[in-house]
Amino acid sequence: MDLAFILIQLLNGLQYGMLLFLVSSGLTLVFGIMGIINLAHGSFYMVGAYLAWSLASMTGNLATAIAIAIPLTVVLGMALEKLLFRQLYTRDHLYQVLLTYGLILVFEELRSIIWGDDVHGVAVPALLSASIPLTDNLSYPVYRLAISGVCLLLAFALYVLIQKTRLGMMIRAGASNRDMVQSLGIDIKFIYTLVFAMGVALAAFAGMINAPLSSVTPNMGSHVLIICFVVVVIGGIGSVKGAMAASLMIGLAETFGTVLVPEVAGMIVYVLMAIVLVWRPEGLFGRK
Amino acid sequence: MNSGALSRWLPWVVVGLFALFPMLESTFYTQLVTKVLIMAIFAMSLDLLVGYTGLVSFGHAAYFGLAGYALALMGPKYEAASLWWTLPASLGICVVFALVTGLLVLRTRGIYFIMVTLAFAQMLFFVFHDTKLGGGSDGIYIYAKPTMNLGETVLVNLEKLDQFYWLVLFFTAATYFLLRRILGSSFGRALVGIKVNEHRMRALGFPVFRYQLASFALGGALGGLSGYLAAVQFGFVNPEILSWHQSGMVLMMVILGGMGTLHGAVIGAFAFVLLQEVLSNQAWFGIAAKHWQLAMGILIMLVALYMPQGLAGLMNGFRRKPQAEAEEGADG
Repeated sequence: MDLAFILIQLLNGLQYGMLLFLVSSGLTLVFGIMGIINLAHGSFYMVGAYLAWSLASMTGNLATAIAIAIPLTVVLGMALEKLLFRQLYTRDHLYQVLLTYGLILVFEELRSIIWGDDVHGVAVPALLSASIPLTDNLSYPVYRLAISGVCLLLAFALYVLIQKTRLGMMIRAGASNRDMVQSLGIDIKFIYTLVFAMGVALAAFAGMINAPLSSVTPNMGSHVLIICFVVVVIGGIGSVKGAMAASLMIGLAETFGTVLVPEVAGMIVYVLMAIVLVWRPEGLFGRK
Repeated sequence: MNSGALSRWLPWVVVGLFALFPMLESTFYTQLVTKVLIMAIFAMSLDLLVGYTGLVSFGHAAYFGLAGYALALMGPKYEAASLWWTLPASLGICVVFALVTGLLVLRTRGIYFIMVTLAFAQMLFFVFHDTKLGGGSDGIYIYAKPTMNLGETVLVNLEKLDQFYWLVLFFTAATYFLLRRILGSSFGRALVGIKVNEHRMRALGFPVFRYQLASFALGGALGGLSGYLAAVQFGFVNPEILSWHQSGMVLMMVILGGMGTLHGAVIGAFAFVLLQEVLSNQAWFGIAAKHWQLAMGILIMLVALYMPQGLAGLMNGFRRKPQAEAEEGADG
């Protein structure tokens, strides 16, 4: 194993981790702020990938497809929050699990009706299809670097939004005391809708930009969902910082695990989670 | 729980009626009801955790699958294994798994508990999916059903549909009466107490953690019993039987029937499996039957939104006014 090989795996792991962050940041925000456990979050990732594939084959351009798809997913998120999730804020987690489990079935079947059950591929945009040569026979695709860059940018934007803006202040306040925020004259319902839609759009966007790297397949959402659960548990519920740390950790662990010990690669992340839980039951950055 | 003669003899009458069922001589329905009864054991074992102990486990399929794989791996490949030792051994493995994971997961509460039980089940899923231990993603066949012999005489022939049906019915009834007995004991009362107010129970001096662990292990063992029987019925095991869809399905059965009632879990198993059969019936729904999960998903969502007490709650509602229950969950 030489240096170039390790470098490639390192970049792959970071890129995968960044992608996981996009999906899990929405999940952890919805957990932390609204107290909702959302199993259907992986379905949003799948919807994003299928939207990207179908719109890209219609328009012939992935960038255009993404530009059209993002507003669609925001609207989808707002509609779901207003129609379904709003009724669950005060209910036991059990019913949230049940409702979102039903939602997964609905999403999978709608996907099957609208787009069929075939596996599809999306072409890497021509502009980013080049590779950077590392050694004589090893090179690294520009598209993966671009994804990592976009994810990093989004992560930074998310940080600024939550920590530095007035809206972010309201979101954080809403997480700690809903009634108080409301009595101060802030429309907390609207903020919830906004946060939920943001989570949906982030997950769907992750599905869109990852479509050229992995094929677009049925049930692609469920693997991502479970991994993101692990990310949220390790990072600590509601902590975006924790989601970042845990995503990178899992991304690297799974990438290197697949290369070095393929037999047990699937288990590594869960073992990692068990270790973290023994050490800190509330997650790395979780509040006690 | 309503006391009185009705609730005391009704379960026995139901068991008696079910015992007559194979007399109808319909292979299809005997197999279907066998499947339902196995699922009823599975659902009751989860109801013990969710409905009585306040532990919302989202990884209960782990025990179902573990016992199935235990049977498939322990027996000789082409010959029948003896039920007398494979069944206790399979359940023993489930108990060990429940105790080991229980030590970890019972440190967590609320959303964490849900996700951590899920993650452990997934870990097991990948053990069987990615390694060659259990035939990988293809699974393994169980070529011969286990034997139940006393010396030279065949006590129960599991290859015979009706005999297997009666055996499953026996286990279903045994599970029901065993759990009723346990839940009626001081141990069971303490479990419900922990569900409603864990801190108070601790303050009263109850060893909350040990009680929860005992309940978790019992739930695991009974979940294993259903998995063992399912593996015998279908003759093969694959990683799907311990996937999280399976865990979601059994949770659905418990809530659909009405959790914390025990008979609700049985009703839920019936309703769920029969719904599945009806909705996917091509003769009735034609092309729509292919997408039966759409209707199922919508139904599940409606139950979550509008029927929190499930079918059992619905029936109680006819008889008397529903009680205001302390549904405070396990947070805190």
